[in-house]
Amino acid sequence: MHLIDILRRCGVFVLIVWLAASLNFFLPKLSGQDPVRTKLLQQAQLGGYVQQGIDEMVKVYETRFGLDRPLWQQYLSYLGDVVRGDFNFSIANYPRTVWDMIAESIPWTVGLLGMTTLLSFVIGTILGALLAWPRAPRWMAWLMPPLWALHAIPFFLLGLILMYLLAFQVQWLPIFGGYSMGAVPSLSVAFVLDIIRHATLPALSIILVAVGGWALSMRGMMVTTMGEDYVVFAEGKGLRSLTIFSRYCLRNAILPQITALALALGQILSGAVLVEVIFGYPGIGTLLYQAIRENDHFLIQGIVFTVIVSLGLATLLLDLVYPLLDPRISYRRT
Amino acid sequence: MQGLLRYFRRNLSLVVGSAMLLFLLAFIVIGHFIVDVEDARALSVRPLQPPSWRYPFGTDRQGRDLLAVMVAGTPLTLQIGFIAGILGVGIGTVLAFVAAYYRGWADTIIRGIADIGLTVPGLLVLIIIAVGIPGGLSVNQMALVVASLAWLNPTRTIRAQVLSLRERGYVEIARMSGMSGPAIIVLELMPNLLPYLAATLVNAVSGAILASIGLEVLGLGPIDAPTLGMTLYWVNFNAAMINGWWWWWLAPTTIIVLVFLGLFFVTVGLDEYANPRLRRSA
Repeated sequence: MHLIDILRRCGVFVLIVWLAASLNFFLPKLSGQDPVRTKLLQQAQLGGYVQQGIDEMVKVYETRFGLDRPLWQQYLSYLGDVVRGDFNFSIANYPRTVWDMIAESIPWTVGLLGMTTLLSFVIGTILGALLAWPRAPRWMAWLMPPLWALHAIPFFLLGLILMYLLAFQVQWLPIFGGYSMGAVPSLSVAFVLDIIRHATLPALSIILVAVGGWALSMRGMMVTTMGEDYVVFAEGKGLRSLTIFSRYCLRNAILPQITALALALGQILSGAVLVEVIFGYPGIGTLLYQAIRENDHFLIQGIVFTVIVSLGLATLLLDLVYPLLDPRISYRRT
Repeated sequence: MQGLLRYFRRNLSLVVGSAMLLFLLAFIVIGHFIVDVEDARALSVRPLQPPSWRYPFGTDRQGRDLLAVMVAGTPLTLQIGFIAGILGVGIGTVLAFVAAYYRGWADTIIRGIADIGLTVPGLLVLIIIAVGIPGGLSVNQMALVVASLAWLNPTRTIRAQVLSLRERGYVEIARMSGMSGPAIIVLELMPNLLPYLAATLVNAVSGAILASIGLEVLGLGPIDAPTLGMTLYWVNFNAAMINGWWWWWLAPTTIIVLVFLGLFFVTVGLDEYANPRLRRSA
């Protein structure tokens, strides 16, 4: 891979980081008033035991982003904060910093989302490949219609239905949260099992929907690949059908799937946020829901920025790994 | 007529999808005759009644008749979807033609924005926009907010389609016979793209509805409007699931599933019409 191409990909990533930060800075200002200041002043008037701290925040906010300073100075000092990873304090939970709260919920989301994305991608791709393969068992064709129908439904709606059936009616699985109330977080087997039990329903509602999409696109690619001359030639040579399936068809058809995965990450995340909200799963989505309910602008901005940057990073990694999978693409200049 | 019937028999997904959407339409129209839409406001009826003859869909905790809520809210949700979808595809089509037909720096910029924009989780950007608007959103503002990102996907897919079309022989001939750029776009390219544009539109409407419901469930929707997403927000807000008020979420869930399945099958059907090569593999 050429150094220039790696640098260009990294440049796009920096661009995304910058865009996300600018979005956070300018969009709230478009409405003419400053919702952050409004909320801060409200909170200061409410008083309470953290009064001192909120007053302090108002003062700091006024000196840094006050109307007496030109916009570009405010913008630069905001960018400086972002680069240093300083997202300020949470307005609604004052003594805690935004970064603290995000760091606490990130492992939950990464665990749930990483697991479900990987599982649905692998299962869906294999399923799709088999669906296109003439020698696959007959009954597999019956899987198509339900997969299609499920694929059209949003994650969280299936989550609601599954929740009612499996958690409310038969009570096989817990209905709410990331672990049992009163359970002490530790590395014991019991606690890990508890976490898995709680993650099963949210994970299931994502996987059942997502598998259909991957299966559909993989099946389409397989059909095209199987029509290629080199596959016919491989059959003519008398290669074992398993070899043709895995080395000739699967290997080639999987490439667009990986490109699609890089593009789909954002959508998957948008959907997973709502799944977390429905199940009260203690990840980024639920944190965001609380932040919106409490009008906690600093927390909302921090979450949006963190998520956009992490997804940008994931896309960048997928882009950089791609040439290793597809030897035809070495980012050569043409 | 008979040819049309024969085509429908082959393109089953178009028939199934249209049937679902027509059923919803009938539900809305007939519903307006048999139920008082005013009962979709809070404090109109006795709260938390399970389904009965009087209230077939039950009533919610704030005292709304859920049948009235569905009759009044389904068109609002569809309205958000259609406004945002049409705006998105309209803007997307213009940008795609400019990018793909004229190429050059315009293409580089438009494609760059669309590519980067698509990797960003849209819901989060919409949240930042919606949070920044003071005093909550109305239904139409909601549609505009959703439309602000709805053009990304149409731009990308239509651009790819135009790129392949502009190399066809008939476009070449039109160009050689002295036809101007805009004329080629309107007279030669557009008619061939129409079925494809229709499929893109249905797709965009479905995406816009999904985005609006997402914002609403998070509590950023029009608080007073009885849209499907707001109903789900109240379901979640009042923990209707754990309290066993199953009828409260069953009605909006069923209708949303019908909307998405209907739109999905119509897209598949239109795709089949726009791209007959799919027929072989299906």
